[in-house]
Amino acid sequence: MMEWLQNLDWSPLWISVKTGLAAAVICFFLGIYAAGKMMRLHGKTKAVLDGILTLPMVLPPTVAGFFLLLLFSKRRPFGAFLYSTFDIKVVQSWMGCVIAAVVIAFPLMYRNARAAFEQIDVNLIYAGRTLGMSETKIFWKVAVPAAGPGIASGTVLTFARAMGEYGATSMLAGNISGKTGTISQKIAMVIQDGDYGTAGFWVVIVLIAALGIVVMMNLFAAKKMKQLKKW
Amino acid sequence: MELGIDISKKLGSFHLNLQMQTEERRIGILGASGCGKSMTLKCIAGIETPDRGKIQAGLDCLFDSAGKINVAPQRRKIGYLFQNYALFPTMTVAQNVAAGLKGSRAEMEKRTAGMIEKFQLAGLEKRLPGELSGGQQQRVALARIMAYEPGMILLDEPFSALDIYLKEQLMQEMRQLLKDYDGTVILVSHSRDEIYQFSDALLTMDQGKAVRFGNTREVFDNPGNRMTARLTGCKNISAAKKTGPWEVYASDWNLTLRTGLPVSDTLRYIGIRAHDIEAAGHAGCNTLPCHISSVTEAPFETIYMAACQEREQVLWWKQAKNRMGSSAMAQIPEYLYLPPERLLQLEE
Repeated sequence: MMEWLQNLDWSPLWISVKTGLAAAVICFFLGIYAAGKMMRLHGKTKAVLDGILTLPMVLPPTVAGFFLLLLFSKRRPFGAFLYSTFDIKVVQSWMGCVIAAVVIAFPLMYRNARAAFEQIDVNLIYAGRTLGMSETKIFWKVAVPAAGPGIASGTVLTFARAMGEYGATSMLAGNISGKTGTISQKIAMVIQDGDYGTAGFWVVIVLIAALGIVVMMNLFAAKKMKQLKKW
Repeated sequence: MELGIDISKKLGSFHLNLQMQTEERRIGILGASGCGKSMTLKCIAGIETPDRGKIQAGLDCLFDSAGKINVAPQRRKIGYLFQNYALFPTMTVAQNVAAGLKGSRAEMEKRTAGMIEKFQLAGLEKRLPGELSGGQQQRVALARIMAYEPGMILLDEPFSALDIYLKEQLMQEMRQLLKDYDGTVILVSHSRDEIYQFSDALLTMDQGKAVRFGNTREVFDNPGNRMTARLTGCKNISAAKKTGPWEVYASDWNLTLRTGLPVSDTLRYIGIRAHDIEAAGHAGCNTLPCHISSVTEAPFETIYMAACQEREQVLWWKQAKNRMGSSAMAQIPEYLYLPPERLLQLEE
């Protein structure tokens, strides 16, 4: 057993964690920014834009993967442009992992941030304005901190979702061992070979990580909401 | 500073349409909830934008739909005290007070320290708003506004969420703190007590429109119209018709009344405040037989409901309790007397 562990290729774990962290950081800022912009809109524009931003969450990840390939493939204008001008390769690269994870996990961050913003007292924003604070300062110094707990839990969920991304990642980044081979892809691959032992090992790792994250989030939230009554 | 407002704004079926012009420094706006008084304040502060009109504060034009002027709230220099104070929950007291300040760090710290001292917040600088009492929160909110040195301060029902004991205490405190502020202050409230104590000029509002504007004492003494009489606390109002130069017929009470002043031709209603009614031993001018239908004991007064002859309406009659604290009068009088000089002649 020890020997098996020593010979095990741990790269899927690091690639997954790295991808999750990178995607969570990017989604954190993008999601908060988008949610903040959305709070200034109303009516039909808001409904349509919100639909577009939420789409990746309800679509099958393979559909998102399809569009991402369409955009980033080196045989397509934008992908070719990126490659020839900046030497950036998205398809079959770690960057592809991150981009796929960002697209899929973004709605989680955006929706959680928006829900958190909707909970805060709008008078805080008004008060900031009548005190001469700039809109940027009001947003980052007043609104975001006041929405802190909701944004924190959104970030954790985003990280967890990004870390486990499979569908879009396999299409865009592929499964290159040691480069783009995430845990989810590893599980799918070894199962095809009938290697239930290795698959089971990674499943346990994912279970522990996911459960740990969600439980920690709940404990953190419980601390903040001591006054909350049981049903 | 002269304040000129002429605005109109539609919100669903609600229509705010307000004109006001004054140089008074302490202005009260009195109205029932939903009459548009808070919306008016928000338009002045720039939080809401009127559909049409003009807002002028001194020499500054804050809003002019014709001239396409709409100064951002950030540049209006108008302080706004929210009913819930809207303190920034994640900032300490000191950070809250300094929130609107700009300039060098040393200068900001000095100004903040000065305000903390003036508003008796010493020792609380590091606390978060959630750890403060209601009174302390109000002082922080005022200190935050004052540190910003606004040219005008708007108070949006600052006392209505408080219990009575705290309310009266904070009202006194607020008056003290605002005493040496020489800008304009507008207090919006549905409480006639607050408005009466606080303001020199009074605007009454109903359904988005100004009903009356004038000197506060004068408006209370002579409300002039039915809505203002009601808002200033007049309980007894009856439809009325002029029947002679000094005489009206109050149809809801089935009473012919002599008036203290010549009856105006535009009179539509007659009113009398509940505590202006007197007891009388015998029938005479302006009296009605006293049939008390119910008695309510309040801490310092007794409220009687007196039935009118052949009419469903009742008259509210309030009697202050005497110092002995004895409750209801030992004997109900035979008649009630409506003193002519106390009758309020009201237009629609």
